[in-house]
Amino acid sequence: MPLDTAPPIETDVVIIGAGPVGLFAVFELGLVDIKCHLIDILSKPGGQCSELYPEKPIYDIPALPIVTGQELTDRLLEQIKPFGPTFHFGERVDSLKRREDGRFDLATDAGTTFTAKVVVIAAGGGSFTPKRPPLEGIEAFEGTSVHYAVRKMETFRGKDILIVGGGDSALDWTLNLAPLAKSLTLLHRRDEFRGAPASVAHMRSLVAEGKVRLEIGQMTGLHGAGGQLEAVDIKTKDGDKRVVCNALLPFFGLTMKLGPVADWGLNLHENLVPVDTEKFETSEKGIFAIGDINTYPGKLKLILSGFHEAALMAQQAHRYIYPDKKLMFQYTTSSSSLQKKLGVK
Amino acid sequence: MVSIKFIQPDGSEQVVQAEPGVTVMEAAKMNLVPGIEAECGGACACATCHVYVDDAWREKTGKPSEMEEDMLDFAFDVREASRLSCQIKVTAALDGLVLRVPAKQF
Repeated sequence: MPLDTAPPIETDVVIIGAGPVGLFAVFELGLVDIKCHLIDILSKPGGQCSELYPEKPIYDIPALPIVTGQELTDRLLEQIKPFGPTFHFGERVDSLKRREDGRFDLATDAGTTFTAKVVVIAAGGGSFTPKRPPLEGIEAFEGTSVHYAVRKMETFRGKDILIVGGGDSALDWTLNLAPLAKSLTLLHRRDEFRGAPASVAHMRSLVAEGKVRLEIGQMTGLHGAGGQLEAVDIKTKDGDKRVVCNALLPFFGLTMKLGPVADWGLNLHENLVPVDTEKFETSEKGIFAIGDINTYPGKLKLILSGFHEAALMAQQAHRYIYPDKKLMFQYTTSSSSLQKKLGVK
Repeated sequence: MVSIKFIQPDGSEQVVQAEPGVTVMEAAKMNLVPGIEAECGGACACATCHVYVDDAWREKTGKPSEMEEDMLDFAFDVREASRLSCQIKVTAALDGLVLRVPAKQF
């Protein structure tokens, strides 16, 4: 557990998830003078749009006949710029508890803590987490011999490493770790790689020099005990082989898992968070859920639905954060105070 | 209507009827065929609608596109006959198509 001695970050609202709906929530909250911190497990904003669909066209965003996932993310970031949100990337909210004073304490897996008046869960399909290869008993080796990310390259010095995958992650780590490793084998199911051409070329020259062993095939089983990996069985076109290794780095992409949201005492229905349709508030007063993560009669998992939900949620959030202020409904086209906040006047 | 047969890992079979123009994944989801997740909804952005095409049908269904091959890297137990069912369009020529559902989707 990382030792974090910094005091909790105090803020009005913490938004869990920086996908399109979490991002647009910053806009709606900003119009009513509410500042936000956003937390996301990915290293960048945009959620599924930037992680799964950056180049793919979306046709159902109102007023945008065609927009790619990344373009939508970039436009939303521009739209929320006037409100100066604070992002915490590469972190996942693990705990969420109500305090005696009615506010909420949150803690992430990196040890960062927050105290917020209102929490908005915009977690979409769940937290992005590395896909686990479907090999019998692999969990027992995770953290000791099986790693889905490299935090410290030094950990791998002198090891017999097996890297599996065909994209930039697999290639980059092959190139970075080959000089440190005792031996390095790269395994991919076909002899074509998705990664950057320069990385592929560099990898091929290392293979030609005998510094990296390239195998074309798939993993079938693991050998080892007590968390210490000893070898991995693979099947290739030339038959079954055994790769002697004590470190395995599988790069099979990311999948979404509900994760810690399930542990916060909220009502759940089939892994979704039920909310009312006036405020999109969960079973806990002060905790809202917007976007794909919520459910209600008639719910459609559309980005445009999440945008609407963010707008109504902001109205109620304002009541919690400014209980003594009256919220006057205004239009951005005519309100000089809103236009000032947006920096357009 | 086009007939498509899905064979589960335990050998059980399910024949569904599909309109030409939908994808095999859509036909599976509409008919509640178990074992096909389609997490990304058919955008070729995950690999959870993975199926094995029966040998007799491989020529008619064709090979995966480059984009589909890239995504197949993320599927479980990929074989020569592997396709992502969201990338197979149902046509009259595929009447009688036979597919096998993998033991699991990633």
